Amino acid sequence: MLTLENVSVSYDGKAAVVDVSLDLPDGEVLAVLGPSGCGKSTLLRAVAGLEPTGAGRISWDGSDLAGVPTHKRGFALMFQDGQLFTHLTVARNVGYALRLRRTPDAAKRVGELLELVGLEGYGDRLPGTLSGGERQRVALARSLAVEPRLLLLDEPLSALDAGLRERLAGELREILRAAGTTALMVTHDHEEAFTVADRLAVMQDGRVVQEGVIAEVWRAPADPDTALFLGYARVLRGDAATTVLTAAGLPGAAAVAVRRSALSVSADGALAGVVVSSRATPEQVRLVVDVAGLGEIDAVGPLDVHPGPGEGIRLAVDPTRLAVIPGA
Amino acid sequence: MRWSRPLTLAGLAVVPVLVLGLFFVLPVSGMLARGLWPHGSFEPGGVLEVLGRPRVHRVVWFTLWSASAGTLVSVLLGLPAAYALHRLDFRGRGAVRAALLVPFVLPTVVVGVAFRELLGEGGPLGFLGLDGSPVAIVAGLVFFNVSVVIRAVGAAWESLDPRPGEAAAALGARPVQVLRTVTLPALRPAIVSAASVVFLFCATAFGVVLTLGGLKYSSVETEIYLLTTNLLDLPAAAALSILQLVAVVSLLVVAGRLRAVPDPSVARAVARPRRPARGDRLVLATTALLLVLVAAPIATLVTGSLQVEGGWGLANYRALATNGTHQALLVPVTEALVTSLRTAVDATWMSLSMGLLVAVLVTRRSRTRTERRVRGALDGFFMLPLGVSAVTLGFGFLITLNHPPIDLRDSPLLVPIAQALVALPLVVRTIVPVLAGIDDRQRQAAASLGAGPLRALWTVDLPVVWKPLLAASGFAFAASLGEFGATSFLVRDEHPTVPVVIFRLLGHPGAMNYGMALAASVVLAATTAAVMFAVERLRVPSVGAF
Repeated sequence: MLTLENVSVSYDGKAAVVDVSLDLPDGEVLAVLGPSGCGKSTLLRAVAGLEPTGAGRISWDGSDLAGVPTHKRGFALMFQDGQLFTHLTVARNVGYALRLRRTPDAAKRVGELLELVGLEGYGDRLPGTLSGGERQRVALARSLAVEPRLLLLDEPLSALDAGLRERLAGELREILRAAGTTALMVTHDHEEAFTVADRLAVMQDGRVVQEGVIAEVWRAPADPDTALFLGYARVLRGDAATTVLTAAGLPGAAAVAVRRSALSVSADGALAGVVVSSRATPEQVRLVVDVAGLGEIDAVGPLDVHPGPGEGIRLAVDPTRLAVIPGA
Repeated sequence: MRWSRPLTLAGLAVVPVLVLGLFFVLPVSGMLARGLWPHGSFEPGGVLEVLGRPRVHRVVWFTLWSASAGTLVSVLLGLPAAYALHRLDFRGRGAVRAALLVPFVLPTVVVGVAFRELLGEGGPLGFLGLDGSPVAIVAGLVFFNVSVVIRAVGAAWESLDPRPGEAAAALGARPVQVLRTVTLPALRPAIVSAASVVFLFCATAFGVVLTLGGLKYSSVETEIYLLTTNLLDLPAAAALSILQLVAVVSLLVVAGRLRAVPDPSVARAVARPRRPARGDRLVLATTALLLVLVAAPIATLVTGSLQVEGGWGLANYRALATNGTHQALLVPVTEALVTSLRTAVDATWMSLSMGLLVAVLVTRRSRTRTERRVRGALDGFFMLPLGVSAVTLGFGFLITLNHPPIDLRDSPLLVPIAQALVALPLVVRTIVPVLAGIDDRQRQAAASLGAGPLRALWTVDLPVVWKPLLAASGFAFAASLGEFGATSFLVRDEHPTVPVVIFRLLGHPGAMNYGMALAASVVLAATTAAVMFAVERLRVPSVGAF
């Protein structure tokens, strides 16, 4: 089990990670989510032993890791762009750590790993001939080969295009589950975090602002910034918040985060508004509606309803797509 | 953990810094002290007195004039050739490239001999009456340095993204306008750095000026040599060395400033060389002319060495096993060749191990600003030998390392050490770009997979760096074989190297001695050329780039 206690890291006198405490039990996947520059990668590098900690303690099963160099930690690190060794074949890349340890039957194990990541028969190829997605799979197989105590994933999918990213995120989850790997992943993509991880820690300006089981964090973001980062479209305050909550049949609150799809076109909806603009997407019609007491707000409609600007419509509010923000 | 990085840095730095301190800073400052403290007390007046002499004025003026002319002509001839050899695709390109690289490592004494043979009274171009003229000296300097321009600018040109040029053309720019508004500005850093290095080499050229200029035309560098060895006026020599040191260091600083561009990021994309088109005729013609200019002195040298007593023969080569007529030499040339090779081997491993340490030291990623500054300062420190003339270094060795506790006068290692220092900047500049190009995260990836620091070096650095390392050793070897400036001071009479022997043969009367000098030059040139062809086959882009 990985334990971080009050860890701080500063870079050239500038604080990058401030007072972070986290626990990661064996077999779980923790995603650290935050905007770029929030210190999440630095945190990961500190766990890997690539960045010295200024204060605090990083320990594994209770033993302090300070002074243990990277190569003796048994934590495999997978980079955003894979960092495969370009002069080695796929099989030699994957088998790298096995050769370091002089593992018997390394070839068989490499075959199994390539199968696990869906790349059977790629063993003799050179990394330069692979696509971005294939390269990341090789990097994953290479990291898993050591059977690491902890797998560190640094934005493992963000170098890939959207469709591939979505598919690989699902596969990554399957693979990590199948191998029973404990993993710490940093990402700025909440979808990726939701797909892969069990737990979520949200970082802002070097601090962890919220941490917990992924669904709980998602349902109750701690503050407006976190809500926006988790994919909520807007945060409404005061009267606007009360209006929306009342329309959803919920008690009023000071602030509420609203997903884009929380308001939908419905003939018997509780809210009335005038369409400002509308745009059809393959999935649904996206609208911006001027609702009295709310101002302009996003809403969606089914594809067969396509109201034009200036048209009056009614909107229903889905209470499961709202999150009350405490104390805001 | 917190102290491990600074400690590693210090540990890596300590050996090269000590070596450079002992064998470079100490001799050079000893030389400075000779000029500023001539009688044990600080008397800068002596230096000023020397600098006021009319002959010194002439020498300084000649140095500046010849170096400027040499640089200008080298750049003008080198740019078209750099383009032709790096952006155009034609048959025999590789061979022409290698041929034009040879002059740079050709021993300076050999270049001098070849030009005398070409321009001398009996030579093919003797009718021009250029023998012993400043034009001959400038031609020699150009011959020697044009390859620097081709290498440095060519490497930049080769990896220049062609798309901005294409964009300019699409906006209506004619080829000449594209060249003027897009290509040349992008190449400016490479051109400026090549030109400043060439100026440096021209201004501190020793062998070429000494063999071609004799006593009539003297540069600062040869003047230091003459003052030291012939006139024994050490304070005056020291004064000139100080002048040279100040000038060279300021030149390096100015060049560094000029080289800095607003946006140093260069879009690297190696464009496929294209077939020559009609518009490339001028460029190709210039390259051909350059090839002729480079080949002519060498060809005359070879034919000259084969001429004996009105006929053709190998007598000059056979004579290499003798001591020359009138006992011109203490040892036969063949023995000098063995000494040269042995010295070059020593100089190579010394400069290579030093250079590798320095390169690793300055390219490791810095974590703090202080660390970055320290590395930057070290980088500059190890480039110093590039800025200090070999003659000054040799002279400094002579006056500082000759008494206890460091008495190396009779050590056989003295010459290789001096040559290794002269070659050090070349080695460092060949390896640094390659090491700096390795993504540090590759090493981190290896470490996270369980590889220790040495193993990570083996996996990540070695596969990339072995070729440049081999090329650098070839380069150092060739440079050591031809080194004349420092060697001429330090070599012991009974163990001379080949360039020293050639110079001595030139100074002795007798047709046979001259023929032997030609033959020895050919042998030496062939040896360095063979090494350089092997290096060129390795195709390392940073060789010869500064």
